[in-house]
Amino acid sequence: MSGVREITFVEALNEALLQEMERDPTVIVMGEDVGVYGGIFGVTKGLLDRFGPDRVVDTPISETAFIGAGVGAAAAGLRPVVELMFVDFFGVCMDQIYNQAAKMRYMFGGKIKIPLTVRTTIGGGVSAAAQHSQVLYSIFAHVPGLKVIVPSTPYDAKGLLISAIRDDNPKMFFEHKLLYGVKGPVPKEPYTIPFGTADVKVEGSDVTVVAVAYMVHEAVKAANELKMNGISVEVIDPRTIVPFDKDAVFKSVKKTGRLVVVDEDYERCGFASWVAALVADECFAYLDAPIKRVTTPTVPIPFSPVLEKEILPNAEKIIKAVKEVVK
Amino acid sequence: MLTQDKLLDMYYRMVLIRAFEDRVHELFTQGKIPGFVHLYAGEEAVAVGVISHLRRGDYITSTHRGHGHCIAMGVDVKGMMAELYGKKTGTCRGKGGSMHIADFEVGMLGANGIVGAGGPLAVGAALAAKYKGGGGVVVCFAGDGAQNQGAVLESLNAAAIWKLPIVFVVEDNQYAISLRSLSSTKLQPRVSTARSVAERAVAFGIPSVTVDGMDVLAVYEAAKAAVERGRAGEGPSLLDCKTYRYYGHFEGDPMVYRSVEEIDEWRKKDPIKLFEEKLLKSGIATQAILSDLRRKAALEVDEAVKFAEGSPYPEPSEAYTDVFTDPYY
Repeated sequence: MSGVREITFVEALNEALLQEMERDPTVIVMGEDVGVYGGIFGVTKGLLDRFGPDRVVDTPISETAFIGAGVGAAAAGLRPVVELMFVDFFGVCMDQIYNQAAKMRYMFGGKIKIPLTVRTTIGGGVSAAAQHSQVLYSIFAHVPGLKVIVPSTPYDAKGLLISAIRDDNPKMFFEHKLLYGVKGPVPKEPYTIPFGTADVKVEGSDVTVVAVAYMVHEAVKAANELKMNGISVEVIDPRTIVPFDKDAVFKSVKKTGRLVVVDEDYERCGFASWVAALVADECFAYLDAPIKRVTTPTVPIPFSPVLEKEILPNAEKIIKAVKEVVK
Repeated sequence: MLTQDKLLDMYYRMVLIRAFEDRVHELFTQGKIPGFVHLYAGEEAVAVGVISHLRRGDYITSTHRGHGHCIAMGVDVKGMMAELYGKKTGTCRGKGGSMHIADFEVGMLGANGIVGAGGPLAVGAALAAKYKGGGGVVVCFAGDGAQNQGAVLESLNAAAIWKLPIVFVVEDNQYAISLRSLSSTKLQPRVSTARSVAERAVAFGIPSVTVDGMDVLAVYEAAKAAVERGRAGEGPSLLDCKTYRYYGHFEGDPMVYRSVEEIDEWRKKDPIKLFEEKLLKSGIATQAILSDLRRKAALEVDEAVKFAEGSPYPEPSEAYTDVFTDPYY
């Protein structure tokens, strides 16, 4: 692709929105402070000036009303991209997401579509404490009817957001706070990335490490360090949790015989546990060691940096887990 | 001025709703219909009075008590009945049931199992209507109980600040399940502090009016102004329609919270009887015309039951389709 340059994750998202709004007049953006302010993290910067208040709608702090309005607008023929400022706020609007948007197509006999994208921020590491630091994508993957997208690079952010906007289903699009400033190569022109296609970030032969969102970066860091210790780690980024590229994970585990799943979500009944179960079902005979999960213990995210560091997964914890499975 | 054709069409829709609901009540009692069913009998004047103003391109959002809205919008009655039976030929192929009948083709965005959840959906459909232009309006039906849901209050505010073409129709059937909407008893508090929901709308800057929800012509008149206001881009309105449900909150409800006498009192104000009297008195219709329409409605419901009972169930494999537009689930 031509016109590749280094831009940040936030710039990549902004470009995706801009290009899709230019391409398709039914794409609108809604949310708290998405207009004049440009989004609390700057993702919607400049869109109001370009497209006006009919397409870039600043909303009251009424998540139920505006997420639900996104569902209703999608039902009535628009392609809304709605920003939920922090995923932690899902508690004040979850009905519109999981009972309305997610189930309508099924309940109504497959005759309709709800092309809604809900963008939201996730993740700890910035001392934002218990109500602004969670990832929670497992909750959305747990219920039927929502596609769950978890980009880890600027390239994936742009391509996956464009794919999301063009997809005819309700999607949850998760943006990790620690990724917004990360730079990477991104083509200038619009492009899509098919959902359910994992990206092998590092090839290796001893241990498979599956990670999403910011944890991909910690996993790659761990793989690089382990390489110096003579341990060859394969890092797989599924990029979407729903749909999930099982085949890529199974193929890798069949090669390495070992699996570590890294997941910033809470340990209990989470994404990592599900991946572990899938692999246990399908690849048991290939496993040379128990599956390990590196996750956030199921406690509220603490404020103090010391406490937060204690619970969040990181490269150091991944290295420890990998060393245990290759023992 | 309403034409004779229009008036008789309104009458037909009302008696069709009644015939449908009375039959569903029987069928449920006979154990032929599974699940949760909430009947609209007694409230026909509200759905028909409001929906008679709608045209192609308009939308409604509905409630758990949605059969009346569906029929007034023109959703196929055979498909509805088959849906209640859980059959493959149902409006939603048997996947939705009574609480989730939708037909976007006619602008019916769905009955809803969650009280008050239609409010935000109406806001979104109205945003879309406003964005597309063309004067489309959205009617948001919700009961008196729903008026205490945050979703509804947020929606009233959003509709007002964005001047959206929404008609909020409150179907005050006197009960939020078992609690009275406006009067308390020794054992139960009332559910609202405002004397009426119409009064609350004032706080949002939304014009509102209290309407006799048993009188289809009164509802029609009130809705006319509200729908016109929406089409003209002047913003939302609220109609607080006083009405009554004849059956329980759901089929099987023991109704310990109200007396038979109370139900009988309201039945004396029956919306269909009231409309009949007006049609006869004004010479618009004769007894013969009205009884023909009632027979026709009964026949249409008979056909619907026959269709539903003769239809196949879905294949078990259909449980796994339609989650997404692609086969993945």
